[in-house]
Amino acid sequence: MKKLILTSALGAAAVAFAGSAAFAATLDDVKAKGFVQCGVSQGLPGFSNPDADGNWSGLDVDLCRGVAAAIFGDGEAVKFTPLSAKERFTALQSGEIDVLSRNTTWTMSRDTQLGLNFAGVNYYDGQGFMVRTSMNINSALELSGASVCTNTGTTTELNVADYFRANNMEYELVAFEKADEVVAAYDAGRCDVYTTDQSGLYAQRLKLTDPGEHKVLPEIISKEPLGPVVRQGDDQWFNLVKWVHIATVNAEELGVTQANVDEMMAGDNPSVKRLLGSEGEFGSAIGLENDWGANVIKAVGNYGEIFDRNVGPDTPLGIARGVNALWSKGGLMYGPPIR
Amino acid sequence: MAVTDVTPNGAGGDDDQAPRVALLNNPEIRGWIFQIVLAILIVYLVYAGWSNMNANLQAAGIASGWAFLGNNAGFAISQSLIEYSQASSSYGRVYVIGLLNTLIIAFFGIIFATIIGFLMGVARLSKNWLVSRLATVYVEALRNIPLLLQIFIWYFGVLRLLPQPRQGFDFGFLGLLNNRGYFAPKPVWGDGAEFTLYAFIIACIAAWALGRWARARQMATGQTFPAFWTGFGMIVFLPLAVFVITGSPLSWDIPVMGGFRPSGGMTVIPEFIAMLVALAMYTAAFIAEIVRAGILAVSRGQTEAANALGLRSGPTLRLVVIPQALRIIIPPLTSQYLNLTKNSSLAVAIAYPELTSVFAGTALNQTGQAVEIISLTMLTYLTISLLTSLFMNWYNSRVALVER
Ligand SMILES: N[C@@H](CCC(=O)N[C@@H](CS)C(=O)NCC(=O)O)C(=O)O
Repeated sequence: MKKLILTSALGAAAVAFAGSAAFAATLDDVKAKGFVQCGVSQGLPGFSNPDADGNWSGLDVDLCRGVAAAIFGDGEAVKFTPLSAKERFTALQSGEIDVLSRNTTWTMSRDTQLGLNFAGVNYYDGQGFMVRTSMNINSALELSGASVCTNTGTTTELNVADYFRANNMEYELVAFEKADEVVAAYDAGRCDVYTTDQSGLYAQRLKLTDPGEHKVLPEIISKEPLGPVVRQGDDQWFNLVKWVHIATVNAEELGVTQANVDEMMAGDNPSVKRLLGSEGEFGSAIGLENDWGANVIKAVGNYGEIFDRNVGPDTPLGIARGVNALWSKGGLMYGPPIR
Repeated sequence: MAVTDVTPNGAGGDDDQAPRVALLNNPEIRGWIFQIVLAILIVYLVYAGWSNMNANLQAAGIASGWAFLGNNAGFAISQSLIEYSQASSSYGRVYVIGLLNTLIIAFFGIIFATIIGFLMGVARLSKNWLVSRLATVYVEALRNIPLLLQIFIWYFGVLRLLPQPRQGFDFGFLGLLNNRGYFAPKPVWGDGAEFTLYAFIIACIAAWALGRWARARQMATGQTFPAFWTGFGMIVFLPLAVFVITGSPLSWDIPVMGGFRPSGGMTVIPEFIAMLVALAMYTAAFIAEIVRAGILAVSRGQTEAANALGLRSGPTLRLVVIPQALRIIIPPLTSQYLNLTKNSSLAVAIAYPELTSVFAGTALNQTGQAVEIISLTMLTYLTISLLTSLFMNWYNSRVALVER
């Protein structure tokens, strides 16, 4: 009996007193286990979506593959953890995943109160509304009294509240935990409106019985800068994830593509050479080899290629570059220089 | 080290002649010392664990503390029994609303599960082949399909079955039914309505007293009195009379179809309906088995004796079998009630805004204060469960066999 008490006391102590230092060097942990554990959505076409064989693809998935390529030279050295909107931050805080890349909006409270850091923006989005074409609605301002379906634990829930309140409109919010149920309930007619990030609307519309009968309203009611998230307090890992994304943006700007990496490496543009590691010492500072940038582009391509492959005009989503174009082409994608 | 105690003070005529031992070796004192040391250790561990956790949260830059309960929540909730405004209501209020939504689904769930369960339990024992077979099929099907699946089936079934608001059923005064829910007329009480309430309360007390009197008289003289129907009549007609005399101070707020969905009246959302049906049907399957077992456990001799005394089968069941079966039924029934209450947390899957969904879900996400919110939620479920147990134990002790 005494032994039992002692063991359980020790066990309890071990749980309660686990140090916080366990998360300190994510990069070392990742290198030791040989892969990156990446938190993604439970299936959002274009962003993070598994195919029938369980292979993940999408814009957010490519970010994780880029990180893996930078570390291991292999974009396949990633394992994915599908997370609901509600689970995602806890999964990151508790160390279950190394990086969260799940269409997550960068907001001040998330950045400052959850012990997390946003490592940039890989898709500039905004919240929109989808309705049935048969309802003959052309503006979100005609939605007073409507039932609105959405995901819990999202910025969406709060934005829609603000929007309806600001415009003095009534509404009924029906909030589900899982995106699949939101789609099913909207499809079954529980709601007049489906609201989420506009990119998400285009993606989820593909899952409806008859996508052609639904349309996305023109209003964008919020700013939704989506980006990868890491734990606060590990600057090396934070820098690494941040610069992997920047490298893809700079590669697009410098004309480096998945196909021409080796050729460009041998060329004489110093900016390109620093990006790809044939000049300078930009790897060791983030704990990597100098050719990390070349590995990233070889694995996933530049930002433009990532965009076109996953969500661009030639994909089922058919999203135009819009604000996600390079700054030099009138968009917001701007990579700080590597020097 | 000698333990012989030769001090004279303990010498008086003690019953136990055991030699006096050092305090530490006295089993009773030793027991106490162990208890105290253990208690101190546990308190220390809890305290140290708690402060360590806080330090870790602080170090990780995660907000903590209870201040968030006063902050404005800012999101909408589709069903609230008390006033809620997304413009000004706090997270504390969200907690209360979630709790009330949990309690109301559990309350109605328990009532319906009990009724269906008793009917099915009795039906399984029916001599009618078809009835007993149907009851068996019900029990076997419902308790062997996972509850979450049943919830989805009911929910999407309800949604598909009910028409769009514009093509919805219109029951006139009785309200509207469509896939946004059931929109019932809402009573609006006018001046003097409180007298009707008082009359109702007085009638209830009177009916109860009448029942006691009738029972006592029957015990003493053997004469029966139709106490049930008299009491029922009082409860119905006394308030009704007062209501009419005070000038019928009641009007109805009848829902009318709006642009998208009806407005006015009281709304029963489809999530509530689906959840209630799923919980009640599922739990009823278990209750039916408990009831069947309880009835079977009452020996046949009891029924035969009752028949020999000339009781017909109705009174036999009501007066002889069920009271004895209840003693066996109630303890496991309590567990089913607790299960139902805890299972109500699955409602988060179909957007019914109960505690787990709005507080441990949405509020947690917006504030990020997992430790506080989850502890409070666990404590709440624990309290609800303990209170239910307490009540059922009290009821059990009332029906339990009293040896005479
Ligand atoms: N960007 C918003 C919303 C993110 C969100 O959860 N969107 C839904 C709807 S597009 C989603 O990703 N669903 C996919 C899933 O849950 O797996 C946020 O960060 O709060």
